[in-house]
Parts: sequence; structure tokens; C-alpha cells
Amino acid sequence: MIEDVIVFLKKYKSSRLGLVGLGILIFFVVTAIFAPYIAPYDPHQRYETTEHPNSAHLLGTNHVGQDIVSELIYGTRVSLFITLFASIAAAFIGAFIGLIAGYFKRFDFFLMRIVDLFLTIPRLPLIIIIAAFMRPSVWNLVFVFALFEWSITARIIRSEVLTLKNRHYVDATRMFGAGDFHILGKHILPNVVPLVVVQLVLVSRYIILAESGLSFIGLGDPTAKSWGMMLHDAFEYPTIFISDIWMWWMLPAGLCIVFTILSLTFIGYALEELVNPRLRSMTIL
Amino acid sequence: MSILKLTHLNVHFPTQDGVVKAVNTVDLEMANGERLGLIGETGCGKTVLGMSIIRLLQLATKVEGKIVYKGKDLLKLSEEEMRKIRGKEIAMILQNPTTSLNPVLKVGDQIAEAIQLHQGLDKRAAKEKAIEMLESVKISSPEKRANEYPHQFSGGMKERAMIAMGLACNPSLIIADEPTKGLDVTIKMQIVKLMKEVTKRKSMLFITHDLGAAAEICDNIAVMYAGELVEYAKTEDIFKNPLHPYTRGFLNSLPSMGLKPIRGMSPSLIDLPTGCRFHPRCDHASAKCKTEHPEMVEIENGNYVRCFLYT
Repeated sequence: MIEDVIVFLKKYKSSRLGLVGLGILIFFVVTAIFAPYIAPYDPHQRYETTEHPNSAHLLGTNHVGQDIVSELIYGTRVSLFITLFASIAAAFIGAFIGLIAGYFKRFDFFLMRIVDLFLTIPRLPLIIIIAAFMRPSVWNLVFVFALFEWSITARIIRSEVLTLKNRHYVDATRMFGAGDFHILGKHILPNVVPLVVVQLVLVSRYIILAESGLSFIGLGDPTAKSWGMMLHDAFEYPTIFISDIWMWWMLPAGLCIVFTILSLTFIGYALEELVNPRLRSMTIL
Repeated sequence: MSILKLTHLNVHFPTQDGVVKAVNTVDLEMANGERLGLIGETGCGKTVLGMSIIRLLQLATKVEGKIVYKGKDLLKLSEEEMRKIRGKEIAMILQNPTTSLNPVLKVGDQIAEAIQLHQGLDKRAAKEKAIEMLESVKISSPEKRANEYPHQFSGGMKERAMIAMGLACNPSLIIADEPTKGLDVTIKMQIVKLMKEVTKRKSMLFITHDLGAAAEICDNIAVMYAGELVEYAKTEDIFKNPLHPYTRGFLNSLPSMGLKPIRGMSPSLIDLPTGCRFHPRCDHASAKCKTEHPEMVEIENGNYVRCFLYT
């Protein structure tokens, strides 16, 4: 197991994009984990309002006097937390539905029609509606994103399972008296895990963007400020674009979102290339 | 006592183009400890016959008749009971060893898996048994090989690993489906020798179109053509004195016998010829062969043939 991980890391190292992405992501993750030690102030603590950057407040303070650097650091926590849990939940649901639909023919039709439904409805507007009806909280956001982001994963996993279950080694295992669940767990699941991981990374990109979007329009959790929420606050400030405040209030939060998505995209590409070697010859970078 | 007895076995697949009659009224009996060769050309229903014994054909397949193994009719067992028989009582060694091993699992673990499914061994004991099995099929440094993946094995070694897997739970009956397919001649001879050795005290149904391998291993040989048996005889008799025109043609098509092919093509299993299935390709066909279907008749001491030349 450990050797496998080492081999994998060695292969991963060959992708420069992947390393850059991983570096950025590790930076954000470390920031999120050690937020209380890194942040210079408590993000709820109030000081002078709308201060310009100075030696005490590197990025100034916001409209209620909270230190923007501290807000950013704690916001990393919220944004990454939601993304992590929602994408893991979505990947799990997707993998499970995909395995069942692909392997058991009798469930296939029914499950795939549900997937069709989730794929065809416009997701963001519906997420907005549901989020608006539910009490805004971090867990509710996790739930809403998990609910809407599993369908593509399920489709991909199903199609892979459809080809895997007809492999000779599955027949061979059955010939030694294995049951369906044994085959699913031991022979099919290990073959789809890499795909699930890639999907998880790719879906998390979408979730972080959607979370920022929801928070931006005011549907995030007001007690746990994410980057999107900071954008929301800044945008509501009357003179945000008249003075220079946007440069240290809005821009950093926006850049954090952009860099997180960029890092996840790079990691996703690198992983996809490893999982699907046919892509290897096609990469430009 | 017979270990396996097939009575009027029919296996038909309904398809869009019509019903594929892959196995038609096959009667076959195997004595305990017998090694029976089932030979015939590609597409004559050999593999389907083997698969139907351990009931691993698609659900839509219609299997009729009786498959009695040690006094139990396998067609009447539940899926649960059948799973206990697969691998433990009857093991099948598949063709295509390259694709029959899971590429993401270590070879030793795959053999251990087969052991764990039937014997209450923990993981470590099963792995040890797997290494033992690899040793018994003459794979050198089995401890090291057990921890390798299938792509690190050569074709012959993969076949050995498949045989080890088949033998892992010490089954009484082995169905070997063309284990020598796709191997080069020297490796083939080694595998044949190995098969002969490891099945010494077992019963085996050896499905092949390799007559040389069948002659080496089997006590009796059944010849299959277009889904039915056309000849059944002791191995030495069939090579010395083949009776059915198809068997003769089959033997004459061997490189050592002059490489003379049988004229025509083997018939479609959807649209079988009337009368004797072989009459369109037979040099001895008479008017009777075109309309009447011959039955299996005993010629002498347990040799049977399905041909009007001998009635």
C-alpha cells in the first residue's frame, strides 16, 4: 500500500502543472488548518472602520472594522471546509449510484433516469432556490452541493462498471464462487477509485465557485464568513468602487477563489493524465 | 460411479437473429477420476457446454435436461448452493489467461481470494496457501512472484497461475477451457505436462481443439460438431481408428497428417442443417443423411458414433 503511494507520487512529480497546483492547494490548506495561529486578529474583533492598509492592519479593515487579513485567513477555512465535505459526499453518492446502476441491470434504467433529471435541470438557479428556503448554514450548503454534484460522477462510474463487469477476470472470480458484492468490492471498486478521485477534484472546483456565488448573493452562512461572503460585504458597501477600498477588500478574496480553482484544475489535469494514459501524449504543457 | 452425468442437455440462446442452438441433446457421462477430452472446432459449443455445467451463462439462456454431479442435479440448485460448488467442487480454468487475471491485483492475492471464498482461512494463511499453489504449478521463487502483478508474468506463467487458482480449493472436477490456447509450442508442452500431473487423481473435462494435448492427457475423447456429440471413444481408438467422417476429417486436417482441410464451413448454430448436421460437408453423405437425423450408436466396448455408415 505504502509502496503504491510512493510510486504514485513519483509519477505525479513528472507533471509540472500538477506540482504547481498541489503547492497552491497545500498553501491554502495549511492556512485553513492553522488559521488561529496565523491570523493576526480575531476576525470578529472590531477596530476602526474602513481603515486603509497600514502596519497594524495589512489590508485595512472592513465596514464594521474587522481586520481583512484575518477575515481572509478564516474565510479559507470556511470555503475549503464546505468544498471538501460537499465534494467527498458528492463523489461517494456518485460512485455508489454508478456502481449499483452499472452492475445490477435491474436498477440501471431507474437510476439513470434520475441522473438524467439531475443533469438536465439547471443546477445553479435550483441551488439558489433551495438554499434560499433553507436556513443558511455551512452544513446546509454542504448538503445542497452534494445533492446536485453527484450525477456526472455516477454517469462516468456507471459506464466504467459496464465495461469492467464483462472482463474475463470477473467471470473467473465468479467461477470460483464469488458473489456479486464480493466482485463489486474486490474487483470493480479498485478499478474505479482513480476515476472517483479525479471526479472529486473536478467537482470540487465547481463547488467552490458555486459556494462563492451563493455567498455573494447573500445565501451563505453569516456566522462563518467565506471568501464569497467577503465579496458580498464589499460589494454592498456604497462607495466600494469610487474609492480605492476594493483593491484590498475585494481583490484579495477574489484572487483566493481564482487561485484555489486554478490549483484544483491543475491537480485535476495531472491526475486525469495519470489515470488515463491516453491523454499523456496530448498535453501541451 | 460417475462424477458427472449430462442427460439430454440443451443450451439455447434467444437472440435477435433467432435461437442459437449451442448445445443439442448431449448425453455424456464421466467416471470418477476420468479425464475426458471434448474436442471440436471453434464455435461448435464446447465452451458453452462447459459453462453450462457451472451455470454461468446469461440469465436469458435456456438450459434444459439434467446435469447430475455426484448425485445432485445442478440445474435444480439455488444460486446460493451453486456458489458453494463453484471453485470448491467444480473449478473452471478459463481460456485467455491474460485477461482472466485482474490487472490491479497481485497474482498471489487473486489466488488467495479463491481460497478465502471457500475455506475459512484468514488472509495470511490463504496467502501462504496461494504461494504453495504457485509452487505446485512450478513457478520459480513463488514468494516473490505472488507479490507481482499479472503484467509482470509471461503468458505461460499466467496460465500456470490460472491453473493454480483452479486447483486452489482442491476441487473434484476441473473444467479446463482451452488452457493451451495462444501459447507457443514449447510452453504448450510444458502446460500439457503440468495439467496431466496436477490432475492425476482428479476428474477433468478438457475442452480443446488441440488434438495433441488431448491425446496426451485424456482417457476418453468426445468429439463435438455443431452442438452435438458425434463420436465418443477411448483416446487410443480415436487416433488409431476414427469412425465418424468428421473425426477423420479433423485428424486429416492436422499438420502432421497432411494439412487437408474439411471442405465447406461449419454451420451456423441458428440455422442448423436438416438430417445429419455434417452432411453438407461429408464425402459419404447419402440421400438418407439429408433427411434423417442419426442417433448415437454403440460400436464396440463403449465407443459410440453418430453416423449412418455404422448402422
